[in-house]
Amino acid sequence: MTTRTIVEGIRDCLYQEMEHDERVMVLGEDVGKLGGVFRATEGLQDRFGTERVVDMPLAEGAIVGAGIGLAVSGLRPVVEIQFLGFGHQAFHQIGQQAARLRYRSQGTHGVPLVIRAPFGGGVRTPELHSDAFEALYAHTPGLTVVAPATAYDAKGMLAEAIACDDPVLFLEPLKGYRLVRDEAPDERYRVGFGRARIAREGSAVTLVAWSAATQVALRAADELAAKGIDAEVVELRSLVPLDTATVRDSVAKTGRVAVVQEAPLTGGFAAELAATIQQECFYELEAPVLRITAPDTPYPLAGVEDLYVPDADRVVAEVAALMAVPA
Amino acid sequence: MTDDAVVDALRYMTLARTFDDRATSLQRQGRFGTFSSVRGQEASVVGAASTLDPSKDWIVPQYRELPALLRHGLPLENFARYFMGNPAGTAIPDGVRTLPIQISLAAQLPQAVGLAWGLRRQGGDGVVLTYFGDGASSEGDFHESLNLAGVTGAPTVFFLQNNGWAISTPRAAQTAAPTLAGRASGYGVEGVVVDGNDLLAVHQVTAEAVDRARAGAGPTLIESLTWRAGAHNTADDPTRYVDPGVAEEWSERDPVTRVQRYLRARGVLDDTGFDRLAAQCAAEVERALAVASETPTACAESLFDHVYASPPPRVVQQRAAWTARQEGAI
Repeated sequence: MTTRTIVEGIRDCLYQEMEHDERVMVLGEDVGKLGGVFRATEGLQDRFGTERVVDMPLAEGAIVGAGIGLAVSGLRPVVEIQFLGFGHQAFHQIGQQAARLRYRSQGTHGVPLVIRAPFGGGVRTPELHSDAFEALYAHTPGLTVVAPATAYDAKGMLAEAIACDDPVLFLEPLKGYRLVRDEAPDERYRVGFGRARIAREGSAVTLVAWSAATQVALRAADELAAKGIDAEVVELRSLVPLDTATVRDSVAKTGRVAVVQEAPLTGGFAAELAATIQQECFYELEAPVLRITAPDTPYPLAGVEDLYVPDADRVVAEVAALMAVPA
Repeated sequence: MTDDAVVDALRYMTLARTFDDRATSLQRQGRFGTFSSVRGQEASVVGAASTLDPSKDWIVPQYRELPALLRHGLPLENFARYFMGNPAGTAIPDGVRTLPIQISLAAQLPQAVGLAWGLRRQGGDGVVLTYFGDGASSEGDFHESLNLAGVTGAPTVFFLQNNGWAISTPRAAQTAAPTLAGRASGYGVEGVVVDGNDLLAVHQVTAEAVDRARAGAGPTLIESLTWRAGAHNTADDPTRYVDPGVAEEWSERDPVTRVQRYLRARGVLDDTGFDRLAAQCAAEVERALAVASETPTACAESLFDHVYASPPPRVVQQRAAWTARQEGAI
C-alpha cells in the first residue's frame, strides 16, 4: 500500500496496464513529452515510446474516432480528452458512434475504448473547461460512465475500464486530482463497476454523491454531525451501471435523502436518482428527495465559481432544512 | 484489369442495379424503408472495391456502396433485412471486414484512420478504404481525419464519390474549392481525380493508392467524378432541382453500359452473356429478398441484444420486462 493522489493512481494504472498488455495505447493532446496537462501520463512515453503514447493533432472528434478504429482493429486504446468541457467536440463520436457500434454490428464489433476526461470545477480553469455534463453521457445507451472519487478507485477502476469490452467514459474529478490522497496497493488490481460505496455510515439522512462532490458531502456530514445529524454518504463510483440497491438500502434506513452534484439542476443525473428513489423507496421516504446542484446557468468565470458549485456550507444548510432543524 | 475481373465487376454492378430497382419498387409498396440507390455510381464503387483483398483489407462505408460490401462478403439478404427494418440486417458475419453502413456523414472517416493505424501497428499489411461523398467532405471529421492520416501515415484510402449532389445542394454550393482532391496537399496527403464512370480508370488509381498504402507510403484522397443518376433516396424528388439536359448528358456515360460496350468490343460477352448475367442477378436478388422476408423481427430481444458486452442490471431488468409484456404476462 502506498498513499497516492488520484492523478498518481491513474498514472500508476496506465503504467502497469501498458507493461502487462502491449495492446494498450495512450492517445491525446499533450500526453507524450509533457505527460498531459495534469501529468496523468507523465513518464509513459519515455518508457513505452511514441508508437504507444501518441501526441495527437488537436481534434477531439478525430481522437475519439481514431480510438474507435484502433479498438476495432484489436488494440486497447485509452484516449484523453483534456477537459470534458471539450467533449462536445467529440460527442458524436462518443455518444453516437462508439456507444452504438456493438449494437449496429449486432455484436461483431465491440469498442474496447477508454475515454478519460477530467470534469467538474473548483480549480479556477479558464472558461468552457469545467462543465459537468455526465448526464449527457449517462443518457447514452451503450456507454459505461464511471466517476471514481478516490485514488484507490481511480487506479482499480481504470484497470477495469481497460479490461472492459465496451467503451467506458472515465471521469476524473478536477477538484480532487491532487487534493484527494488515500491508500492504494502497489500491485495491479481491479475495482468492478456498479457497486456504490458507503463513504460514511449514518442513520438520519443519506447524502448521495459522486466524484468531487463526494468530498463536499463528507465535509458536510462532519458539520452535520456537530449539529447532531448523523448523515450517511453514499458514493456511487459509477453512474452506468448504477447500483440502485445500495442507494435503496441506505434510504430505507435513513428515510431522507439529498443528492449532491456539480452539474446544473435540470435533467441532471441527480434527477435520475430522485426519480429512482421515489419509485423504489416511496413508502420509506419521510421527506421529498432533495437535489443540491449548480444553478441552470453556464459554468461561470473563476472569480464566482465558488458561488456556483455546491459547497459543504450549502449542503449543511439545505440538509438541516430538510431535517427541519435550524441551520 | 483482366477480362475475368471486368466480368466479375460487371456482375456486382448489375447485381446492385437489379437490387436498386427492386428496392425502389418495394419501398413504394411499403415493404422497404427509405432507400438510397447506387445507380450511376456503380463503376466508382466497384472499381475501387475491386482492388481490395477481402482477407485482410477493410471497407469503411457510407451508405451507397452495396456492391462493394457484397464483394467483401456481406450477404445480400442482410442488406435487404436492413431496409425492411429488421435489426438482423445490421449483422456483420465474422471475418467480413467492414464496419456498418454510416448514416452520420463523415463520422466513419476517423474510425477508418484508427482502424488502418491499428492494423499497421499490429504488423499487418491490410489497407482500409473508406467511402464518402462531396457533402461529407464539408464535415469537420473529413478534415480532422485527413490531417490525422497524414500525420500517422495510416494505410488509408479516402474514396470521395463526388456525385454532384448532397441531396439537393449542388457541388458548386458545397465548396469554392476547384477540386476536392486538391485539399489533400494541405494535409500532406496524395490527392488524385478520376473519371468515376470509368471502371478501369477507377480501378487503376485505386490500385495505385492501395499499393502505396500497403507499402507504407501513406494515405491517398481519391476524388471520383461521377453522377447520382437517381434521387438521393426514395423520399427525394430530383425533378425539383436537377437540370434534365445535364442528366441526359450523364446518361450517355452510364457506367454499366460502358462496361458492356467494352466487353462486347473485346469479344468477351455478347447479348446472350449479358442476358444470362442479368437473369442470374435477378434470381440472386429474389432469393435474398425471400430469405430476408422470412426472418422474424418481432422479439423484444432484438432491442436489447448487443448493446453491451455485459449488460448493466437496469438493462437486464428492462429486457425481462419487455419480454414478459410481449408474452402477455403483464
